[in-house]
Amino acid sequence: MPKPEEARYTKTHEWFHPGAEASVGISDHAQHEMGDVVFVELPKVGQKLEKEKPCAVVESVKSAFDIYSPVSGEVTAVNEAVTGDPALLNQSPLENGWLFKLKPSNPAESATLMDWTAYQDFIKQAAH
Amino acid sequence: MICAPAIDNRLSIEKSEAGRRGLWCRNPLRAKAKVPAELRRKSPPRLPELSEFDVVRHYTRLSRLNFSVDTHFYPLGSCTMKYNPRFNEEAAALEGFTALHPLAHDTCAQGTLELIHDLSARLVELCGLDAITLQPAAGAHSEFTGLLLAKAYFEAKGETRNEIIVPDSAHGTNPATASMMGFTTVNIASKPDGRLDVEELKKHIGPKTAVLMLTMPNTLGIFESNIEAIAAAVHEAGALFYMDGANLNALIGMVKPGDFGVDLMHLNFHKTFSTPHGGGGPGAGAIVCREQLAPFLPVPLVRKEGGKYVSDFGDGRSIGKVKAFFGNTGVLIRAYAYMLAHSAAELGDIARYSIINANYVRALLKDIYPSYSKEYCMHECVLAPGADMTAKGLKTLDVAKGLLDRGFHAPTIYFPTIVHEAIMIEPTETESRATLDEFAAAMRDIHDAGVADPQTLKDAPHTMPVKRLDEVQAARQPNLHW
Amino acid sequence: MYIPHTKTDKEEMLKSIGVSSFEELVKQVPSKFLWPGFALPEESLDETQAAARMAQLAAGNKRPLSFLGGGAYERYTPAAVKAITSRTEFLTAYTPYQPEASQGTLQAIYEFQSTVSALYGMDCANASLYDGASSFAEAVRAAVRVTGRKKIVYCAGVNPQYMDTLRTYFAHSPEYSYVRIPMKDGVMDKAALPALLEGAACIAVQTPNFLGLIEDMSGVAETAKKAGALLVAAADPVSLGILTAPGEYGADFAVGEGQSLGLPLSYGGPYLGLFSCKKEHVRQMPGRITGMTKDKDGKRGFVLTLQAREQHIRRDKAASNICSNEALCALAATVYSALYGPEGLKELAEANSGAAAFAAERLGAIKGCSLKFKGPFFNEFVLSVPGKADALREKALARGVDIGLPLAPLFPELGETLLVCATETKTEADILRLETVVKEAI
Repeated sequence: MPKPEEARYTKTHEWFHPGAEASVGISDHAQHEMGDVVFVELPKVGQKLEKEKPCAVVESVKSAFDIYSPVSGEVTAVNEAVTGDPALLNQSPLENGWLFKLKPSNPAESATLMDWTAYQDFIKQAAH
Repeated sequence: MICAPAIDNRLSIEKSEAGRRGLWCRNPLRAKAKVPAELRRKSPPRLPELSEFDVVRHYTRLSRLNFSVDTHFYPLGSCTMKYNPRFNEEAAALEGFTALHPLAHDTCAQGTLELIHDLSARLVELCGLDAITLQPAAGAHSEFTGLLLAKAYFEAKGETRNEIIVPDSAHGTNPATASMMGFTTVNIASKPDGRLDVEELKKHIGPKTAVLMLTMPNTLGIFESNIEAIAAAVHEAGALFYMDGANLNALIGMVKPGDFGVDLMHLNFHKTFSTPHGGGGPGAGAIVCREQLAPFLPVPLVRKEGGKYVSDFGDGRSIGKVKAFFGNTGVLIRAYAYMLAHSAAELGDIARYSIINANYVRALLKDIYPSYSKEYCMHECVLAPGADMTAKGLKTLDVAKGLLDRGFHAPTIYFPTIVHEAIMIEPTETESRATLDEFAAAMRDIHDAGVADPQTLKDAPHTMPVKRLDEVQAARQPNLHW
Repeated sequence: MYIPHTKTDKEEMLKSIGVSSFEELVKQVPSKFLWPGFALPEESLDETQAAARMAQLAAGNKRPLSFLGGGAYERYTPAAVKAITSRTEFLTAYTPYQPEASQGTLQAIYEFQSTVSALYGMDCANASLYDGASSFAEAVRAAVRVTGRKKIVYCAGVNPQYMDTLRTYFAHSPEYSYVRIPMKDGVMDKAALPALLEGAACIAVQTPNFLGLIEDMSGVAETAKKAGALLVAAADPVSLGILTAPGEYGADFAVGEGQSLGLPLSYGGPYLGLFSCKKEHVRQMPGRITGMTKDKDGKRGFVLTLQAREQHIRRDKAASNICSNEALCALAATVYSALYGPEGLKELAEANSGAAAFAAERLGAIKGCSLKFKGPFFNEFVLSVPGKADALREKALARGVDIGLPLAPLFPELGETLLVCATETKTEADILRLETVVKEAI
């Protein structure tokens, strides 16, 4: 799993760690904003995802958040641990709380994502 | 008065004693029962075994843990928690009404059919429209019925329209209903004053638009003053104008929605027409509409034919049934009793005093709980904690809980979602000035005490049967039955 | 009428608001729309007059000795049920959005969910839907969501009103197909199932079915599972005092009309939609759900839970648009079930079965009449009659007895028949009177 600085980020607060088997999760900022996560619905292994299309749902007590796939690709693994214990998303969003892995179908897409510094700026801007 | 936090918070099943009984069925025909062994259940249902007194005491005790309109001021915005007249209850409990089977022959149901017929006529006139169905069981169910009518109407015209326009201030049921029926919801951002942006509307409305759903007054308690432009835009696009009537209490007897171009609308009897909410239901709804939509109404309707009332199953163009049988008749009887108690002018007073009461509360609180809108409100006002409270980390939720400790139910909170930290107050017309003064004093006390000692308010409520509950655990590991 | 303001109140309140007249408050409403004329009574009735009017209307309904069933059943409402549901702390409360001030309603709903789960033998239940028909429709919708399939296989014996409601809930969309399982002796022809279930979202069954017959559910869930379909079962809750519970035969969703649990007939409502399911489908349940939890001192308490599925949060992505439910009716059903308990419900179910069996025995023996089906039934049965069933019914009504529902409009293939129902409210003498009147009418 990535260090926060190594991941790339979307404007919808997903992180993406590139590689042959890339992984996806939500940022620490996102889990803070959501509050206590109580339920996670993940895509199915083998499901084909499209960049920026909803592919998972994360629920807190009084809100539900769509998770958008950072890039297009096919799901190769999902993190069953978070469906059993959604608190992992709060405790460890970048490590134990990863959501799914996928095989990107268009590796070039990840270039459009923000790096750590850009994402930090983005959060600061959004706060205003 | 809420009873002191009781030690006994057992469930009914935890009070159960094997062999104890409340009621018996001793009908001797039991001996003739014929159910083969292989069709019988293997184990009895796990239900409590209690005496009648056990049951009565258990549920009476539970009732005392509730706030209710009869016991507490209950200013829930958008819910219209007005007084539920006792007469309505007594009328609906008349055995002539309660014992009537829904499949009874029309000749046995003349009283109820006449009531439905008369109630229908009065409501159609009140709305300035042409036809009505009383079949929906609730507001959301009415929305569903209304959109089905729209769908059938356009299909009959050979038009394919699959978009529903909804402003972002709408009740959640509007987009939920649209999507349930396969429509695409087009959300329109409101203007800063909370009103629908007519220019935005014009950008989004077109040949694909089936319906504009608009709550009036909107969920900020503001009337769409550009209503004529809105209706014109809708009709120019060939679409229908649906009014969500959840907030009709502000308008009843004061305007006719049909006059400003509404094509169809729903009513919530458990709001405007004073039927009780029952802890979440039952309610009842209606769709009132223009003539061109009438052929598609759910069946049966009631028609008068040669001095007799008959069920009318239409000419085959109906959308079908949205509910088994007729509708929530027991609720309609209450609404009719309420209508009998009001002349046309007295219906207008409902709107008048609901508006005066809301503005009065707003005026009493404006220095410490700023109002979202700078203008006068209709039947409800949307406020938020002031800067001195937010500076201490106090939130709307804390205000809500502080009210419970002071003997008032909380207003609707965090809705509409477009207002940050919203506190939505709907006093209704049936509350006296004295009650509103007491409420305002409590809000003031919460403000003062909260600013002086934020932590105590953050820990509120202190006097309820339970303190703040762990909703996270409830959702993560749901425990839904004994 | 119910407005407390005096003239002085009004004037002083307007002054506090800072306006000199009410009209200033409603300037946002174009004035041409204000205060139109209404063709409504210029005088209201006082309570004495209104009571007389309501009594007159109530008396306009006739009360024959009735053997009508068909989805709504004559029940006695115990005094203790009325006493509890008329407690205004229950009656005049809203949906329990402030849990600390609504523990009474919340615990009652939790006990209701428990009661429904126990009766149906299911893992969980919701806080109620509108009625049996809407519960049935929502269960089929849930099965469609779970399986991603749009073919619905249903028993011919499902209440036709439930099927109408289901079609309406799918907005008559041509995307959905409905496949009717052929009827054999009034029940589903199980031999036809494997072929029909291919590619189906669910098989939807009602037992006892609309014709009163008890469907043999053995093996149905297994057949469905092989085809990847779910089992949606509708059942009358009182019948479950003795009949196999849906959970026992493997239903995924089990629903029912809760009116049976002591609610008045009231010409069709308010009734009570019961909705329960297996644990794995809990998030597919529409509407409100109450859960048990703890407060910050560790004390037991109840809250609305799993709310993020609902319309007020998910908006266009919610599983259903339902908001109001039938909470007070749910309370009535809970109290009713607690008063009777497992033994009492068994007695009630046996009394229904016995009364209907006795009625069938007497009516079936009348010359020209016969029982249409031979299979086991619960509290209603189909009677073949000589001549036109609706004419016979009208003749009998003139003698003060409603002998049952003519079925020809709903099931033309059954010929001239009546659906005759007898619940525990019927005595031997009532049934003998029914017999006499049917004989006279023929």
